[in-house]
Amino acid sequence: MIQEQSLFAPGHRACAGCSMPTVVRLVLDATGPNVIVVSPTGCLEVTSTPFPESAWKVPWLHSLFENAAAVASGVETILKRQCKDTKVLVIGGDGSTFDIGMGSNSGMFERGHDIMYVCYDNEAYMNTGVQRSGSTPFCVHTTTTPSGEQSLGNPKPKKDMPAIAIAHHVPYVATASVAFPVDLRRKVKRAAELRGTSYLQINAPCITGWTFETGSTIEISRLAVETGLYPLFEFVNGKLADVKKIRPRPVTDYLKAQGRYRHLFKAPGGKEAIAAIQAIADENIANYGLAQE
Amino acid sequence: MRKVVEGSYAIAQAVKCCDPDIISAYPITPQTHIVENLSQMVADGELKAEFITVDSEFSALSALVGSSAMGARSYSSTTSQGLALMYEVLYNVSGLRMPIVMTVANRAMGAPLNIWNDQQDSIGARDCGWIQLYAENVQEAMDLTPQAYKLAEDPDILTPVMVCMDGFILTHVYEPVEFLDHDKVKQFLPPFKPKITLDPAHPVTIGAFADPSTFTEYRYLQQDAQNKALGKIDTIAKEFKETFGRYYGGLIDTYRMEGADAAIVTLGSVIGTIKDALDEMWAEGKKVGLVKVRSYRPFPVKALRDSLKDVSSIAVIEKDVSIGNEAGLTTDLKAAFYNTGMKTPIIGFTAGLGGRDITLKDIKKAGDKALAAAKGPEAEFEFLTLRKEIL
Repeated sequence: MIQEQSLFAPGHRACAGCSMPTVVRLVLDATGPNVIVVSPTGCLEVTSTPFPESAWKVPWLHSLFENAAAVASGVETILKRQCKDTKVLVIGGDGSTFDIGMGSNSGMFERGHDIMYVCYDNEAYMNTGVQRSGSTPFCVHTTTTPSGEQSLGNPKPKKDMPAIAIAHHVPYVATASVAFPVDLRRKVKRAAELRGTSYLQINAPCITGWTFETGSTIEISRLAVETGLYPLFEFVNGKLADVKKIRPRPVTDYLKAQGRYRHLFKAPGGKEAIAAIQAIADENIANYGLAQE
Repeated sequence: MRKVVEGSYAIAQAVKCCDPDIISAYPITPQTHIVENLSQMVADGELKAEFITVDSEFSALSALVGSSAMGARSYSSTTSQGLALMYEVLYNVSGLRMPIVMTVANRAMGAPLNIWNDQQDSIGARDCGWIQLYAENVQEAMDLTPQAYKLAEDPDILTPVMVCMDGFILTHVYEPVEFLDHDKVKQFLPPFKPKITLDPAHPVTIGAFADPSTFTEYRYLQQDAQNKALGKIDTIAKEFKETFGRYYGGLIDTYRMEGADAAIVTLGSVIGTIKDALDEMWAEGKKVGLVKVRSYRPFPVKALRDSLKDVSSIAVIEKDVSIGNEAGLTTDLKAAFYNTGMKTPIIGFTAGLGGRDITLKDIKKAGDKALAAAKGPEAEFEFLTLRKEIL
């Protein structure tokens, strides 16, 4: 599935069981070498570019945590000026995408640069030690939304970032999962062929933040999709064009496999919280028509 | 060609003559006329540059990180709160050694909100690794623009440059200026050809992180480049003189320093008024000279020591304050003398904050205090034009 000669070299310093390098390899396999990558600060940056080493076999630029979209806009503007057909990719985590980089992202979306924005979504600030981000789902235990006597974890549901991109008239918005590489690569290729901005949000389990067995990364991401908690869809020009059909599994299959939800199976109110999470999944299943006929 | 134009228009013309590939800016008073004029030049096809309208000053400079990494000559302009919003990117641009030029239309920093001129914004950004050049008048700000690019893009320097000009006082004034000749600027400023750019045929990683084993050396190389700039600033100013006939001094300039008993040291547009005040003082037998700081970063320690070695006392007038200490130039000037054994009294005055006029009378007061300070300063540092009645 993954090409042997990857444009993202081994020897990077990501954790064993981390999904992020797999995401990057799948994305670059699909785009090929005629790309320039801009990455914000985050796990990807610190694990792939400790000077004087670099895992990148394509041109790569890092500036700050919250400006990748603006930096990429500058890169793309000059490529266009030079009449080059090189694709500009942003690859960044959910903290930079959902929260601190929102202003820059909004500007990039609005101006319609020919940029593919890929968010590897591990649902918290993992690089700084698992603090809550705007992408953290409801009731997740993080170090800034810890579970406790008075808390069941993150009190708010995940921010709907794809909807924000769609509201900017981004012509191609899709979600994908590291557990469905064929689907992921197809979406990357589609985004690469498009002339205009695209937003791809990829479910990317984090072994230390989500706490699960090292070998079960892909299985966890598959469960996120198959429970309906992480719907895989494509919006083309604002219209829902395709979804990944599922045979819905109960959310407990997903929740019980991860330490970040462990408290829900012990604490008072946990049962109700699990029911509320099931309701989120059910709503996704209904809204996007995820259930296989 | 000599024309009476607004300062901002003159700057836009100078930027145009530098053939930037890209301009990225966010509107903020009193910088707006510069970017409006540039936008119009692009819209009219008079300037073949890309113009990105962004969501903030933060994104304005960030976009230029991308363009500069592509090898493009990149320009922005901002002021005050906008410069503060760029703060993080300022360090990034200098750390990544990107030769971006930015006009800073100097303005006060809120709170309280104040859109008028002082120099708190750029002086507050003095440690960010940018070269900072200060213009006395519109012509100098205009002429500094191609000089700034030549300096920034020098392979030995590769450091961003702020051309600082007082907001409103220079950006909005109409005065006669000699326009730059586009062809002559082309000769003076060859195209930017960086060694390293983002290119899929030759992939490079730009912006890798540095751990404690290498970070110090990155900083050292920036310091080294600024030290080299000390020499280049005057060389470039002289080259400019050869082509365009105008010269403003190198790192510093002086006025009536020959035989002066005391000196005023300052930067920016107040210099014009100071020169008039000094003429009057000399007529009264008060021998006060002027040292104009053109380059604040790199700080011209040697040039200042040499120019001030014969006076008995020094007053600094500046439009900023390091709240809790004195003010930037005052501190830096004192530091420049400490190891020389020279014990000339130095007193600092902050003035012209938030756009308050600095009058001939104010300057003469500072001059008188400077002369009196030869016997020992009355105060180390004071607000020159304080309205005690409203405190």
